Amino acid sequence: MEDMLFYDRLQFAFTITFHYIFPQLTMGLSLLVVYYKWRYLRSNVEKYNNAAKFLMKIFAINFTMGVVTGIPMEFQFGTNWAKFSELTGGIIGQTLAMEGMFSFFLESSFLALFIFGEKLMGQKLHFLTGFLVFLGSWASGWFILATNAWMQHPVGHEILENGTFVLANFSELFTNPWLIPAFLHNQMASVVTSSFVVASIGAFYVLRNKQIEYGHLFLKTGVIFGLISSLLVAFPTGDWNAKNVAKYQPAAFAAMEGIFETEEAGAEIVLIGQPNMVDKKLDNKIAVPNILSFLTYQEWDKQVPGMDQFKEEELPDNIPALYYSYHIMVGLGTVFIGVMALAVFFLWRKNLHKMKPLLWFIMFLVPFPYIANLTGWYTAELGRQPYLVYGLLKTSEGVSPTVSSGNTLFTLLGFVALYMLLGLLFLVLVGKTIHQGPTPQKH
Amino acid sequence: MELVWYIIIGIVLAMFFVLDGYDFGAGIIHLFYAKKEKDKEVIAKSAGLFWDSNEVWLVAAGGMLFMAFPSFYASVFSGFYLPLIIVLWLIIFRAIGLEFRAQFNYQMWKDIWDKSFGVSSLLLALFFGIALGNIVRGVNLGIVDTGVSTQEAHYFFLPLWDSSFSPLSDHPGVIDWFTLIIGFIAVVTLAIHGANWVILKTNSSINKKLKGVIFKLNIALAALTVFSLIVWQLVNPNSLNNFIDKPYLMVFPIIYLTGLVGLFFIKKIKKDVHAFALSTMLILGGITSSLASMFPVILPSVNDTNPSLTIYNTAASEYGLSVAMNWGVVGIILVIIYMIVQKRLTTGKVDEMDYGH
Repeated sequence: MEDMLFYDRLQFAFTITFHYIFPQLTMGLSLLVVYYKWRYLRSNVEKYNNAAKFLMKIFAINFTMGVVTGIPMEFQFGTNWAKFSELTGGIIGQTLAMEGMFSFFLESSFLALFIFGEKLMGQKLHFLTGFLVFLGSWASGWFILATNAWMQHPVGHEILENGTFVLANFSELFTNPWLIPAFLHNQMASVVTSSFVVASIGAFYVLRNKQIEYGHLFLKTGVIFGLISSLLVAFPTGDWNAKNVAKYQPAAFAAMEGIFETEEAGAEIVLIGQPNMVDKKLDNKIAVPNILSFLTYQEWDKQVPGMDQFKEEELPDNIPALYYSYHIMVGLGTVFIGVMALAVFFLWRKNLHKMKPLLWFIMFLVPFPYIANLTGWYTAELGRQPYLVYGLLKTSEGVSPTVSSGNTLFTLLGFVALYMLLGLLFLVLVGKTIHQGPTPQKH
Repeated sequence: MELVWYIIIGIVLAMFFVLDGYDFGAGIIHLFYAKKEKDKEVIAKSAGLFWDSNEVWLVAAGGMLFMAFPSFYASVFSGFYLPLIIVLWLIIFRAIGLEFRAQFNYQMWKDIWDKSFGVSSLLLALFFGIALGNIVRGVNLGIVDTGVSTQEAHYFFLPLWDSSFSPLSDHPGVIDWFTLIIGFIAVVTLAIHGANWVILKTNSSINKKLKGVIFKLNIALAALTVFSLIVWQLVNPNSLNNFIDKPYLMVFPIIYLTGLVGLFFIKKIKKDVHAFALSTMLILGGITSSLASMFPVILPSVNDTNPSLTIYNTAASEYGLSVAMNWGVVGIILVIIYMIVQKRLTTGKVDEMDYGH
């Protein structure tokens, strides 16, 4: 039974991690496509149109990967988490079905039209199809976040005697106080990823002295969007989420901040340190007193409950992983603001393209927004443990009763092998597209 | 309300098999009949342009099934664990074959992805047929062993096969001789459907020859259909009761028969779209007849201890189903609009379209 739970969790963690590499780029990228397409409509300068179409090509590769790795996500609710699906399908089935119906249909239909239909439709309609792709991909984020928000902070349901959750109030699923902060934070984080990718491509072109016109354009757009979104990810959206965790999941909050013991006169904020689960303390800690209390409650000496205030079974089951995920996310987010602020400063002084070391840095920074996005999700999901539906349904109660660990390990190994191949092909293809660049190809 | 959702999900699933069915079929045709590079290219393109918007129907069906019949979703997806995951892998292989073959201009590269597209299309068609076979045959719900359930009454688990390969065994596997026959029917049906699609949407040099292929495949299909009807009685003796009680349900088998008979005149049919309509009828008729024969059961139990799963004992709450109806209607209208827009912009043969590939 323990084995079963372990492999089911590992397979879901692996497949969702790999899947979320793709949508986090496409959601943000669609915004930039719409932006370029809008600039083109306003100015009629050809380079904006080429830039939009080039980014949509990268979007399309990522979208395909997102589709093929996304179908297994939907299926796995039933295959590996059957008991969870049976008990909560009446609720999260709503939001997941709406995702398929409203967003996925929209996105896939109009993506094809955007890519193939420019000549047929004319520029205004072409802009509109781009906008609908953007709408579809953000709506998709909205419904997935609504699903997750219900698991983090369940609302609008009743629990029957046999343990089944039934929907009692549909609209509460979308007015869930967890949803809006989480959605905005997630969308801003996806704009961070796409801005950094675009800035990185720009830096690559400038450093290589090829596609120089687009190099400058991508660099400019990338760092400006990058700075704005990096700031918005931290404040107000990140702050807002942290306050929600403190309010609704105080045990998770204590664990992610690394507070083992409650301090009477205000909690310190931990910058660095390694959780020592034997002695229940942080090793090699560097912390600033009272800041956490201020950030959370705007009061310097307000008490923040530490892990000592909670029963063992209410605490997340992997505290170090949760703590590291959260600190990596916050640490990277801080670095992003610094780098992008510097880049925007040089852009304003009109010599960003001459700052070779900074351009190299921006170019190689590209994996890190992905890591920050994923660790952000790990923070949310590890913090929710040991529950699937916070406070109501334990993760161990959600697994499929009849699927043995041997079968799950078999499929996990298969997914690992297949996704390695997929990842390799993806890199080759994106590399090729970037190498060719946005200049129209001659047939 | 259960009935309404059952019908909606049935329609969405049928849409999936009709739409993605033609690109599965195109893959089978590609594997066996496309020899020249030019033909391989246009056939792959005739599937490659549409597969992802077709697969949206699968995602929609999955989501709605989850929402409307959560116990059924949980039971079937965990019970058919291995075949379902294998289907996912095949879907991925097929998609990367289609998306990546045109990316590099090496013959070896194209050969690899052609095979990946063709073989996974063939296996997917086979697996979908086997899945239908399993649904009509039924499973050992509750994993009953000598009269005692070892699991909750609606859970089960099937290995890929059981050493007897017999649908009449107490513990049938996913693959037995009955489900294999249904699998072959699915392969032949989708091959016919795919051939019609290739003829309709491409100028490939094998279009003439494919009409002969369809004729031959149709003979095989007729033979398999008759044979399967006989063994169907053996596997599920009640399968005719619904048609006797409610004769109007006969409309579904008649749709299938019309398609089957019509396709024997493939060489005389002037408009390619009419032939495509006939193979569409095969798929629609086949699926709806199978479902109608079982109604309201959606997964029969092969033991006497636990009852079959029906749309009534697996449905979500009445409130949930009716609230979903509100957004469901809006969603369906939107989807129909998208489809019309998309179809209007992609009429004609794919090799004549300027898609900048």
